[in-house]
Amino acid sequence: MLTLPLSLRNTLFTCGLALLLALSGISSRAASSPTSAHSEATLEQRVASLEAYLANTDPAAGAKEGTVLASTGVTTQSALAVGPGHNAWMMISTVLVLFMTLPGLALFYGGLVRTKNVLSIMAWCLGITSLVSVLWWACGYSLVFGKNFHSAYLGGSEYCFFRGVEGAPNPDYSYWVSQQVFAMYQLMFAIITPAVIIGAIVERMKFSAVLVFTSLWLLLVYCPLAHMVWGSTGLMNGVWNANASIKAIDFAGGMVVEMASGWSALVLCLIVGPRAGFGKTPMPPHSMVLCMIGTGLLWVGWYGFNAGSAVAADSIAGNAFVTTTFAAAVASGTWAALEYFWRGKASVLGFCSGAVAGLVGVTPACGFISSTAAIWLGLLSGSISFLACTKIKSFFRYDDALDVFGVHGVAGTLGMIFTGVFASTAVNHNLATHLSGIVGQTLWREQLRGMGLTLVLAVIMTGFIAFSLKWTIGLRPSKESEMEGLDQSEHGEHGYIYDASNI
Amino acid sequence: MKLIIAIIKPFKVEDVKAALTAIEVEGMTVTEVKGFGRQKGHTEIYRGSEYTVDFLPKVKLEIAVSDEILDKVVSTIAKAAKTGKIGDGKIFILPLEEVLRIRTDERGDAAV
Repeated sequence: MLTLPLSLRNTLFTCGLALLLALSGISSRAASSPTSAHSEATLEQRVASLEAYLANTDPAAGAKEGTVLASTGVTTQSALAVGPGHNAWMMISTVLVLFMTLPGLALFYGGLVRTKNVLSIMAWCLGITSLVSVLWWACGYSLVFGKNFHSAYLGGSEYCFFRGVEGAPNPDYSYWVSQQVFAMYQLMFAIITPAVIIGAIVERMKFSAVLVFTSLWLLLVYCPLAHMVWGSTGLMNGVWNANASIKAIDFAGGMVVEMASGWSALVLCLIVGPRAGFGKTPMPPHSMVLCMIGTGLLWVGWYGFNAGSAVAADSIAGNAFVTTTFAAAVASGTWAALEYFWRGKASVLGFCSGAVAGLVGVTPACGFISSTAAIWLGLLSGSISFLACTKIKSFFRYDDALDVFGVHGVAGTLGMIFTGVFASTAVNHNLATHLSGIVGQTLWREQLRGMGLTLVLAVIMTGFIAFSLKWTIGLRPSKESEMEGLDQSEHGEHGYIYDASNI
Repeated sequence: MKLIIAIIKPFKVEDVKAALTAIEVEGMTVTEVKGFGRQKGHTEIYRGSEYTVDFLPKVKLEIAVSDEILDKVVSTIAKAAKTGKIGDGKIFILPLEEVLRIRTDERGDAAV
């Protein structure tokens, strides 16, 4: 027979009792809540509301069209209710996208620089996260997703300092996700976009210049662009804005994140100039292990980025999940295979670079294309980015240190065109709302117009910001600081302390 | 007394140590070093960038021995470290003036 010590038995008994009390509390509350909350809604309205939740549609729509109309009931209910499933998925997605920057990108980039600069990457990623969060609260979110400017180019001022950003959904963007959660989710995109740019100018830009650049770039490039592409009144929001003059589509940020960061990175690295000793001193990655860990985190986090961009836990999110996987896997293998045939060895950096290129390429397309199209997109992203990083860059000899342009700029641009060609209303029914006449036909032309505008905005504004900083606070540290390494000269730390006397 | 400095391939360290322990050599100092001889370096490619690595990793052994066992130790190291391919390393033999064991103050052959 099993005998338990007296103290343990007492503990078990107490725990059991506490559990019972807790359960009874829950059940009594569950029993009482429907009567109070739904007292004015009919059964039909309540069922319609549930169906709207399951279908991720407007819970108020049923009440408007239905035969049983009540002035309160469903509409009042929907203004307060959030869909727990959609909300939960969006909070997980938010965390996944933050994970892409901290520590995903920090490790991916950190491993690729030299030992003396590894911490500067970490500091930049942390600094950008901290800075952009505050800017997003103060005005960033409002400038993108507000609408009281009644402008196709910039949002509004109504959500500044997060006024009115509360638990209730903002029906312009989601019927079921809390606006707070939506705003946090979008914040993570605003963080990772400038963080991607820094890869081009690693090992040679002042910390202060990175932070000032980030602030200005967020306000002058990211906010207007994100509003134009995703804002409900946006100029290029083809899916949701019936009045969009450029009917482009961009599911998760091919223009807003990838093209904007890639092309801005190219301009910035040309203005900052190459690293001291570029082309003469060897500058190999100091840790391919960190780089690979970072790649894995980016890939995992990208599910939040791409599938989360459905802003719901629905079948479109599921489709984005599938296409993201195939594009990344195929592009990763493609890059490594090309290396193998070209040079005889498949490298870890090849697999990593290809995976990121595939993820970038599928970003604008993931919720609009089929899994077969994702395989083709993976092949294209992997091979064209490979050529951009190995052939084009060495031909022009610009120092885009970590190939931000070659991967994000090139694969992002490619993905946008591809999205225009392969998007299908069968995959995403939302394309039929305003775009049924052009999907599968002339959508690619709209994509090119949107891309042209993105390119012009990113290039001109980045050039303007970079030159302004160059002529005022300066972009680069002193030559000595650069040679010593930014870890010591800018942050007073070392990434690795291997000293026999410290063991 | 002589000081033997042997530069060998890193993956031969365990073989050499085992061979020397078998002939009762009682101590050695091991250092990871980099350098080049006739073997030269190799090329590494990271995306589009090619780097030539001139200095290859080697291991340096330092062993102090008495004159009587010198030849035996040197031939043991040479035998254990040999692969027959370029880059096997070199053995340098230097005269050693004095040795002192710190714990006991013994000097000369007794301290080796």
